[in-house]
Amino acid sequence: MSAALLRFERVGYSYPGADRPALSDVSFELHPGEFCLLAGLSGSGKSSLLGAACGLVPHFHGGRFAGRVELAGLDTREHRPAELGTLAGALFQDPETQLVTSSVRAELSLALESRGGAGAAVARGVEEVALALGIDALLDRSTHELSGGEKQRVALGAALAGSPRLLLLDEPTSQLDPVAGDELIGLLRRLNQEWEMTIVLAEHRLERCLNAADRVIALDGGRIACDGAPRDFLRWAGEHRPALQTPGAKLFSLAGLEPAPVGVRQARAELRAHGLLPGGGAGPHLSEPAAPGPVASASPATSAPRSAARRAWPWPKRGEAPAALDLREVWHELREGPAILRGASLRLAAGETVALMGRNGAGKSTLLRHAAGLLEPTRGRVERAGRVALLLQNPGDYFVRERVVEEASRQALAAAGLEALAARHPRDLSGGERQRLALAIVTDGEPPAVLALDEPTRGMDRGAKAGLADELRARAAAGQAVIVATHDPEFAASCARRAVLLADGRVIADGPVEELLAGGWYFATETARILGGAGGALLPEQGAELLRRDSAVEAVLS
Amino acid sequence: MGSSSFFYRRLPSPLHATRAGIGAVWAIALTSAALILYQPLILCAMLLAVLGAGAGAGVGHPLLRALRTALIVAVPIVLVNVLVDRDGLTVFARVGDLGPFGQGDLTVEAVVYGGLKVALLILVTTLAGLAVDPDELLRLFRRFSFRSALTATIATRMIPLLAADAQRLAEAQRTRPGGAPGGARARVALLSAVVGGSLDRAMDVAATLEVRGFAAMRRDRRGVRERGGGGSLRRPLSRHDLAFGASAAAVLALALAGRLTGAARFDAYPQIAMPLHLGTLVLGVGLCLAILLPFADRRGIER
Repeated sequence: MSAALLRFERVGYSYPGADRPALSDVSFELHPGEFCLLAGLSGSGKSSLLGAACGLVPHFHGGRFAGRVELAGLDTREHRPAELGTLAGALFQDPETQLVTSSVRAELSLALESRGGAGAAVARGVEEVALALGIDALLDRSTHELSGGEKQRVALGAALAGSPRLLLLDEPTSQLDPVAGDELIGLLRRLNQEWEMTIVLAEHRLERCLNAADRVIALDGGRIACDGAPRDFLRWAGEHRPALQTPGAKLFSLAGLEPAPVGVRQARAELRAHGLLPGGGAGPHLSEPAAPGPVASASPATSAPRSAARRAWPWPKRGEAPAALDLREVWHELREGPAILRGASLRLAAGETVALMGRNGAGKSTLLRHAAGLLEPTRGRVERAGRVALLLQNPGDYFVRERVVEEASRQALAAAGLEALAARHPRDLSGGERQRLALAIVTDGEPPAVLALDEPTRGMDRGAKAGLADELRARAAAGQAVIVATHDPEFAASCARRAVLLADGRVIADGPVEELLAGGWYFATETARILGGAGGALLPEQGAELLRRDSAVEAVLS
Repeated sequence: MGSSSFFYRRLPSPLHATRAGIGAVWAIALTSAALILYQPLILCAMLLAVLGAGAGAGVGHPLLRALRTALIVAVPIVLVNVLVDRDGLTVFARVGDLGPFGQGDLTVEAVVYGGLKVALLILVTTLAGLAVDPDELLRLFRRFSFRSALTATIATRMIPLLAADAQRLAEAQRTRPGGAPGGARARVALLSAVVGGSLDRAMDVAATLEVRGFAAMRRDRRGVRERGGGGSLRRPLSRHDLAFGASAAAVLALALAGRLTGAARFDAYPQIAMPLHLGTLVLGVGLCLAILLPFADRRGIER
C-alpha cells in the first residue's frame, strides 16, 4: 500500500475557552486517491478535523492541541497553513467569505501567484482549472455578480488552482440547489477518479454523496465512532446512530430488507433481486419508474402537473376558502436589471403547508419577501389575511441584543423552549437554538396568519430538521399557513402537503408533494427515486409500508 | 443589491481597458490637480469633466449618487469652516464672543472656501474605485509591501461583505413584529451587531487567504516572479494605457502651470479675489480636454 497522504495520530483539540474538546483521540490514515466522507451530527467535530488537516487548527484558531497530524510527511505543528496550501486545498461552507478578489480570473490567479507561479504559468493554470470546472465563461465576470452555485464553483477552482494532492470540503453543497449540488458531487467524483485526487468531504445530506465515497469516517462527540466502507457505515448507523442513516438505508431497515443500499442504483438492484421491482424476480408489483419530469428546464406548458394547470388561474374561484396569502401575477423587475419574478401567482389557504422549490436564482427568496411586504411588486398584487412572519436564511441576522431575553418576549421564549437560556448571549447558542430563537422573534406577539421560511435547514443535521418539521406541522394544525423555500426534497416531503416549483421567476408546477416530488430526477426524495415514484411514496416510512404491502401480496400470490 | 453598483465591475470603457497602474496614476494626477488648484471656476470645470469621464466609463449613475454623498459631506465642512475661520472682511453675521474660541464673526469668504474641493476629491476617488481594477492594483502593491497588501486585500473584501451584512441585518429587523425598532438605541444595536459580526467575517476571509498560501508569498521587491522560475507575461502598452498616461501628464502639467503662472489665482482672504482672464479660461478648457479626450477612443474596449 502507498504511504499515507494524511495521518492523524491521537489528535485532541479544544478551541480557546471551550469547556469540552472538539476532537478527542482521533487517529486514522488516508491514502492517495481515497474519497473519504466525514459524517456526524452538528458539533461532532467534522469542521475541526478538516481544520486540523490543513493546519488552520491550531495555527489559526489557537486553542489546545495534542497528538500529531502529518500531511505528506509534513508535521502541521511545524508548517503553517500557507505552506501546507500547496498540498491541501480547502473549500468551506460559505462561498461569500471564500472569494477575496473582485473578478473570477483574479480569484483563480491569486492561489497560483501566492505559490510563486510566474506570469505564463499562472495564465495557463487559470485557463486549465476554468476549463476543468466549466467556469471559463465566468473568467471576466465580477465575483459580486455570481450566483451561489457559481461562487461555490469559483471557490472550488481557487482551491484546486495549485493542483493540491488533498481536497478538503466542509458542507460545500449546503447552499446549493439539488442540481448544482449533484453537479458538484459529480465533479468531485471526476477529480477523484480521473486525477486520483484525495478527497475528504464533510456532509449532512449523505444520500447525495455516499455512493461516490470509498470510505466513511463518522464522528461522535469529537471521537471516531465508525471508520469503514459505506456499507459498513450504514450498518453501524442503523444500529447506533439512526439519525445518520440515509433515507434509502432507513427504507430498507423499516421494510426489513438487507443489506442497506449505498445509493439509488444499488437499492433498485436489491429490490429487483427481492422481486419488488420489475425487471427481475417475481411480477411487477411496484410500478415502473415514472419518466422523470424535466421540471427544472421545461416550459410551464409541458412540465406542470395536472394540478398546476388547475391552479394557474390566479383569481379565487367561487366558493373557495379565503386565502391567507394571495400573490396575483407578481412581477419584480430590477431598475437596471432583469425581472426576478415574472407574473408569479400563488394562493395559500389557512392551515396549508407549502414547499417552495427551484434552482438557485429562481426567485424563491424574492417571492417570500413580496409575501412579507419587504418588497413591493412592480406589477401585480399581494393580499394578506393578516401578518406574514418571515424567517430569513441566516438566523444570526436577527440578533442585535446582548442577551436572549432582550430579543423576544418571555412568552415567546417559553413557547420555543428557550427560557432556560434567557441570560445567554444569542451568538453563544447552538445552531438549532439560534433557529428556534429567530423563529420566536418573528412570531412573537399576535400569531401570524402566514409563516414564511427561507431555507431554514441550511447546515442542519437530520435530528434538527425533524424537530423543525414537527414545529411547522404543529403551526399549520393551529391554522397558520406555512410556506418554506427549500432545496431539500426530504425536508419538503416531511413538512409540506403541497409543493410549488419556481423557475425563471414563474410558477411552473404546483401540486401535492406526492405528485411533484415523486417523479423527478433532482426535485425528488431518495425514497421516491428508489421506488420510481410508485404509490407517491416520498419518505422511508411510506416506502417501507408500500414494500411491506407488496411483499404480503407476493406471499399470498405465491 | 443596490450596494453592488458601488464596486468595481469590468465594463466596456477606455478607463476599464487601461491597466490598473496607469488608471491609478491618472486618478492621482486628477487628485493632485484638485489639491493644487483653488480657483472655483477651474474646480467646477474639473468637476464637470470628472462627471463626463464617469459617463464615458459607464459609471455615470453611481457617480451622480456619489456626488450627492459628496455634497452631504461638503456642507458640514463649509459650516465648520464658517464657524472656525475668523478671516474674511465681508461679515454677514456676528455671533458675539465665544469665550476661548474668540469673536464669532461669520464671513462670506469662509463660506466660499472649502466644499467644492472636497466634492471633487470624493468624485475622483469614487471614479477610480469604480473603474480601476483593485485586484490588479493589489497585485502591484504586493511587490512593494506584502503586509500592507494583505491588510488592503482583507479590507477591500470586507467592504462589500459588511455592506451585504448590514443590508441583511436591517432587512431581518424589518421582519420583526411591528417592523424594525426605531430610535438611536436600535440603530446603535444594529451597528454594533454589524461591527461584532465583522470580526467573524474578517477571520473567515483571513482563513481563506491563509489556506490559499497568501502568507507564503515571497516578501521582497522581486515578488512572485522569482519563485516561479518561468518567464513572465509582459503586456504591451495598449492605446488606452498610452492615452491615460498622456492625460495624467497633461493634467499635472496644466495644474502646475496654472499655479505657477497665476492663471488659476484665487484668494479667499481677506476678500474674495478671482481674476478672470484668458489664461484661466484656457486652463479650464485644457484640463477638461485632458481629462475627457482619452474617452473618445473606444477601440479595443470589449468586455
